[in-house]
Amino acid sequence: MAANKHIESGILELYIAGALSEKENEQVYRLIMEYPEILEEVKEIEKSIATLTSHVAPKNVKGSFKDILIQMLQEKEDSAKVVALKTSKRNWVTYTGWAAALVVGSTLILSLNKNANLQGQIESINEAKEQFEIQLDKTNSNLAENKKLLAVIRSKDIVTVPLQGQKVYPEAYAKVYWNKDSKNIYLDVQGLPDPPEGKVYQVWSLKLDPLSPTSLGTLDDFATNENKVFTINNPNDSQAFGITLEPAGGSKTPTLDQLYTLGAV
Amino acid sequence: MQLESLVKKFKTKDVKAFESLYEMYNESVQGIVFNIVREQTIAEEITQDVFIKAWNNAESYSEKKGRFFTWIINIARNAAIDKTRSKNFKNNSRNLDAEIFVDILENHDSLDSKTDAIGIRNFVSKLKETCIKVIELLYFKGFTQKEVSESLDIPLGTVKTRNRNCINELRIMLK
Repeated sequence: MAANKHIESGILELYIAGALSEKENEQVYRLIMEYPEILEEVKEIEKSIATLTSHVAPKNVKGSFKDILIQMLQEKEDSAKVVALKTSKRNWVTYTGWAAALVVGSTLILSLNKNANLQGQIESINEAKEQFEIQLDKTNSNLAENKKLLAVIRSKDIVTVPLQGQKVYPEAYAKVYWNKDSKNIYLDVQGLPDPPEGKVYQVWSLKLDPLSPTSLGTLDDFATNENKVFTINNPNDSQAFGITLEPAGGSKTPTLDQLYTLGAV
Repeated sequence: MQLESLVKKFKTKDVKAFESLYEMYNESVQGIVFNIVREQTIAEEITQDVFIKAWNNAESYSEKKGRFFTWIINIARNAAIDKTRSKNFKNNSRNLDAEIFVDILENHDSLDSKTDAIGIRNFVSKLKETCIKVIELLYFKGFTQKEVSESLDIPLGTVKTRNRNCINELRIMLK
């Protein structure tokens, strides 16, 4: 199940492209280690991209592995020659020459090293910057959402109804912000615990005398709703609101011994 | 031999393993490079350099950071892009940015029977414009998810889902 979620997300395709951050790459690597079906999927994606890219290659390419071997050998020979020169006997002019070359050479290597280090630093800074930008983007949209909520709560047409925790879970609480004009309630359920597996919270509008409940629906995405505020349409002339825990899918009538919070208007 | 053990041997500078990897990915590297430089001789030169570079940096490759294929096509893209930026690059006057991989597939004069059989050309002609762009940027040009999102002006998450749908279509086509 969990593996499937990752497969469907499209992250593996980006992984093959090399389009993920270092951190994400390591996450995917861990997933590959954990789930054989993810490794299989990665291989399939890789195969399709390899096939596609290979067909973009020019036809009748002349190069072969031999050319590469030759170049590898040549590079080896070149470095061997330098060593040979160093060990042969020379007069002092050559020695000073080599000494100078050595100084210049090692300075060069040092600065190259330094350069490589700096390059590495730049890369990691860029990476961090990218993460921050993504974070900022998220924060901005959260902020916009929160501002919207605040505006709703502050509006003068709003009726606020606190819902108190009941016997089954006394610490629970919730709040209803009811706009009678727009016939919407904004339900803040920050104070409810995560529902157990297979269960779901159901919201009820209640008439008190005689007690008659009307379902306002279930809070299906409770776990994923980050600010835990739900907007629900309520055309009823409610006198109270209640929240019960019901089997997934909800119930026709409230299971009263699973009443988590209740509050009168 | 299994890819995993080939890569392991490659890291210890095993020439035979390197040759097998070359046979597996040489054409892909060639395709990536050719798509960027559009010159067969130059593309062949760069491809050779790419594999030499891979060989010389074999120890630095780590499977934790990504697949070998991803690593080598990344070297390929960088080498090819470096070339297009060098002063003596002949194709300077051409607007290479405007050219995408489908041009090559559609214009291969000598499309071999293999290509026809698996219907790559067919695939490309059916592929949506949006898919072509996403695939070009992600796989051929090496853009990050964020760069693709900015370049095509679509949300980050859409890059992920759209690309997955496109690759799914490709996979069905290749089956």
